[in-house]
Amino acid sequence: MFIDALFSGITLGGMYALVAMGLTLQYGVSRIMNLAYGEFLVAAAFCAYLLMTGLQVTPLWGLLLIVPLAFALNWLVYRFLLTPLVKRTRTRAALEVDSILATFGLLFIVQGVMQITFGGNYYSYSYLNEPVRILDSVLALNRLLALGFAAVFGIGFYLALTRTRLGTAIRAVAVDPVAARLVAIDVRWASALAFAAGGALAASGGVLVSMFLTFNANMGVIFTMKALIVIIMGGVGNVLGALVAGLLLGLAESFIATYVDPGLTIAVTYGVFLLVLLVRPTGLFGRAAR
Amino acid sequence: MLTSSLKSLRLLGAATALSAFSLALPAHAQDAVTIGYAISKTGVNAGGAGITTIPNYKLWVHEVNQAGGLKVGAKRLPIKVVEYDDRSSSEDAVRAVERLITQDKVDFLLPPWSTAMNLAVAPTFHRYGYPLLAGSAVTERAPEFAKRWPNSYWLLGTGSQYAEALVDQLASLRKAGKIGDSIAMVSIADGFGIELATAARAAFQKAGFKLAYAKTYPVGTQDLAPIVNEAKNLNPDVFIAFSYPPDTMAITDQARVLGFNPKVFYTGVGTAFPLYKNRFGANAEGVASLGGIDANSPAVKAYIQRHKEVTGAEPDRWASLVTYAGLQVLQQAIEKAGTLDRKAVSAKIASEDFETILGRINLKNHMVPNMLTLGQWQNGEFVGIEPASHAGAAKLVFPKSAWQAGAAAR
Repeated sequence: MFIDALFSGITLGGMYALVAMGLTLQYGVSRIMNLAYGEFLVAAAFCAYLLMTGLQVTPLWGLLLIVPLAFALNWLVYRFLLTPLVKRTRTRAALEVDSILATFGLLFIVQGVMQITFGGNYYSYSYLNEPVRILDSVLALNRLLALGFAAVFGIGFYLALTRTRLGTAIRAVAVDPVAARLVAIDVRWASALAFAAGGALAASGGVLVSMFLTFNANMGVIFTMKALIVIIMGGVGNVLGALVAGLLLGLAESFIATYVDPGLTIAVTYGVFLLVLLVRPTGLFGRAAR
Repeated sequence: MLTSSLKSLRLLGAATALSAFSLALPAHAQDAVTIGYAISKTGVNAGGAGITTIPNYKLWVHEVNQAGGLKVGAKRLPIKVVEYDDRSSSEDAVRAVERLITQDKVDFLLPPWSTAMNLAVAPTFHRYGYPLLAGSAVTERAPEFAKRWPNSYWLLGTGSQYAEALVDQLASLRKAGKIGDSIAMVSIADGFGIELATAARAAFQKAGFKLAYAKTYPVGTQDLAPIVNEAKNLNPDVFIAFSYPPDTMAITDQARVLGFNPKVFYTGVGTAFPLYKNRFGANAEGVASLGGIDANSPAVKAYIQRHKEVTGAEPDRWASLVTYAGLQVLQQAIEKAGTLDRKAVSAKIASEDFETILGRINLKNHMVPNMLTLGQWQNGEFVGIEPASHAGAAKLVFPKSAWQAGAAAR
């Protein structure tokens, strides 16, 4: 029973982390609080569904198509929709407020388009929904796969951000855009890159969760909310933090559901969230605000 | 000059309003019937409304208009629809219904989707004298509401009807020595789940069953593995989930992946959806749930065919049929009354018999009498099991066969 709860918590946590990582890049580096984040994620899920049911392209191959597409689309969104805001605002706080308003509008546009195309119905398909036995505990292969991708993306982005020149530039923008410009970093370009990479991560999350979750055009906000909790808990802008926070939440939910009561899972999510914020107000891996 | 141009402007406005909605005319000069409804096109309820309610409204309006319109007295009047999105918020639903009544001046209103929404708008329907034929509301207090709002009809019935049908079936299995006493039950902590779980608890206690596991989970739970795992560890003969569509899919998925094979496997809303069959293919076989259809009835077969042709999707095998039957009742009541006068039509709804896809019914009890409340997937169709006295009721296939690997259709 303990092993079951442990593994189911890890896979759930992996999903939470996967869903949250893109937002931590978009919010942490580009300073865009993207409220339409979940909508983009669900849109990717719909794309995966269409590829799978219409063209028999499996979601894993679909990733190769959907992720670059999402990267390009998010780049365009940043370039044409958000750059005017970035240019106009003087302080980062003002940019956050403006971006919330702008992406709030974007949320309804994306949701409306999906609503017209797919209606309000639930969609679901089955892929790699096979049992895998690990240490006497049975897990679904597709959930395990999502966890694997979360770990790869989390660690990969962490290494890319800390070990490469480009990553260092992006982190410099996250810490202080003005000073970054002084050392010849193209701040706008780095921000656009981070935003687009965040969008690509959201899309990969959408494709992977579509393998096991039933979704419809109105579920975006659920993902945005979960992602927000995870990234604030993990420390804004820290991909590894999102991974750890996601796993923590997943484990907390799973153990409470197994040993106490499944009715308390949401309460526990917010309990853990509060506790972390009380002890570390900037999140697990967050730096002190300056 | 100013006044005259204002006047002509007003005239123009009035003319457009007339041509657009043909409102505000006295009943005898009417050239269309306006039907209004507020429905959840966005928000959490959109998934349910999009499969059960909206397609049936479209189908019905399409059919009536193709036949030349609603027969009112000697004339046939086409239906004009005024539709609002209630965004899954009950405040919006009430506001929209009030607007439909006072501004759009619709002749009749169609109900919203879900128990909570119907309860929210029922007082407004009542206040303005509109009949409410709720086709997607399950509530224990249906008889009480019918008394409070005499023109309200709760076609899906009460939670106990469903719970008792299930318990009856289980009791006869136990009597035959096929299952034991112990049952695992989970339910969603929301209107439908609470309603059904409460009713089931009472029915199980009365019949002497033991609930080995009885837990609730919150709306939006994305991983039901801990629940299914724990239920599996107790190895019950019967597993019951009063769940919503996304959890119904997830629970079935988990049960299959974990190889949890109780002899009776019962899940909630969503099981009777065509989506379920598409998703699980041969693995849907033997899964039981609320509702079910009389698969031998030509009327039901024809309805499913028309639904598919007109809306491009199959109806669900529970509330879809009841919703459509409600529309048939409204249509026939108007025809029988021969007028659009709501009092006269309401009187007909309360007293007459109606030919519907559920058979010949009357609504004297404010609910559909003798409705199929327990169904099971058998040979690719979700057929009704209980009440056994119902026409076309099938026998329960027992035990449910074990899940097969990779049998999903897609």
